[in-house]
Amino acid sequence: MSESKELIYVVDLCKQFGELKVLKNITETIHEGEVVSIIGPSGSGKSTFLRCLNLLEKPSSGKVIFKGVDLADKNIDVDKHRQKIGMVFQLFNVFPHMTVLENITLAPMLERKISKAQAEDQAVELLKRVGLLDKKDEYPTRLSGGQKQRLAIVRALAMEPDVMLFDEPTSALDPEMVKEVLDVIKSLVVAGMTIVIVTHEMAFAREVSDRVLFMADGEIVEQGSPESLFLDPKNDRTKDFLSKVL
Amino acid sequence: MIDTIIKLWSKYDYVYIDGLLGTLWLAAVTVMAATAVGTIIALMRLSGVRLLDRFTVLYIGVLRGTPILLQLYFFWLTLPKISPITLSDTACIVIALIVNASAYVAEVIRAGIQAVDKGQKEAAKSLGLSDRNTFRYIVFPQAIKNILPALGNVYITMVKQTSLASVFFVQELMTSYRTVQSATFLAIPSLVIVGVIYLVVTTILSKGLDLFERRLQRNE
Repeated sequence: MSESKELIYVVDLCKQFGELKVLKNITETIHEGEVVSIIGPSGSGKSTFLRCLNLLEKPSSGKVIFKGVDLADKNIDVDKHRQKIGMVFQLFNVFPHMTVLENITLAPMLERKISKAQAEDQAVELLKRVGLLDKKDEYPTRLSGGQKQRLAIVRALAMEPDVMLFDEPTSALDPEMVKEVLDVIKSLVVAGMTIVIVTHEMAFAREVSDRVLFMADGEIVEQGSPESLFLDPKNDRTKDFLSKVL
Repeated sequence: MIDTIIKLWSKYDYVYIDGLLGTLWLAAVTVMAATAVGTIIALMRLSGVRLLDRFTVLYIGVLRGTPILLQLYFFWLTLPKISPITLSDTACIVIALIVNASAYVAEVIRAGIQAVDKGQKEAAKSLGLSDRNTFRYIVFPQAIKNILPALGNVYITMVKQTSLASVFFVQELMTSYRTVQSATFLAIPSLVIVGVIYLVVTTILSKGLDLFERRLQRNE
């Protein structure tokens, strides 16, 4: 993968909440088409790191260069660039006051300025892909957790992003719904989408990732292919963590 | 007692009806203007501009932290002195009622907006929506469902608080009570009449609000 193009290039990224240093000088590259999993104990800064990639969390210092543009630069319109960075949250965050279809068509109509008919056609296609077409006129309260998360994924896809960020997408789901969501993510992997995923699903990370990052105390302590990281960890903290979760 | 009340009503009904009209007028003007002013105060509070935020915190703090009767006196005494045009007592009292109510309205609106789950705004931002569109299409429609029921309660309180204007002999229900009482020396029957009228008004209002609230909740 390393010879392919850089999509996100993070330089010296620091994030501080008051005195607490959550991210310490992280420098990392995400390549086009790459699937990167981020694992690590809670409080290690995984989610904060992911949220810095689309500037939902403002870095205290450092750069987040997405397709050549530094998103942390105050002079750029970050909203425009965010349109190309899809994000899926642990708690789904679907819009409760809109139907399933409206959830998907809102952003493309407002920000990509496509017509309602066009947006709806696209939404219908996306809903077919994740098996939610029969729910298109329902409100999200009528959906299960797994269905909400699948909706959240296609809502992000409707903006035709260059990369998808997943923040523990299955952590809030009942066990029987985890698979349906992971299957959708897997289909994105197969389609060649660039993906960064923070996850506690070790088996899944191992199966789909090109690269796994292990974070602890605000740093990327160790990284490598899934085989090398899971089967032959070098760092003591990685070993300790994996011994607890595997 | 009942006889006296009926007699009093048949003789002075026009006084009470004038009072009721005064109360309704005061309430309507106060509700509308306070909603407008309160919205502006709430938006200033949430603007993130430090100076505006400080001002609104002070504004709301003072208005909620001092008695409304004191505020009425204060406006009644100071406004005529600083105003370039002559202000009637009624005008001073109306302004004071509006200013007081705007603080409560502002708090209700702020609380309603802030009660919208933070994840909603994040999801909208992550899709690339501008701040404006995020507020307009995501935050506001959800906030309004928190705001309207709470605002209804503020309105009902406001209707009752217009009674304080009677201290300054502004035409409204409590002033009607005082008028009839001083003409007849019958205090309690007059008070009962006015009380029943208030009850009818507030009951109609709160039933109307209930209906409206249920309508709002029909979705979801």
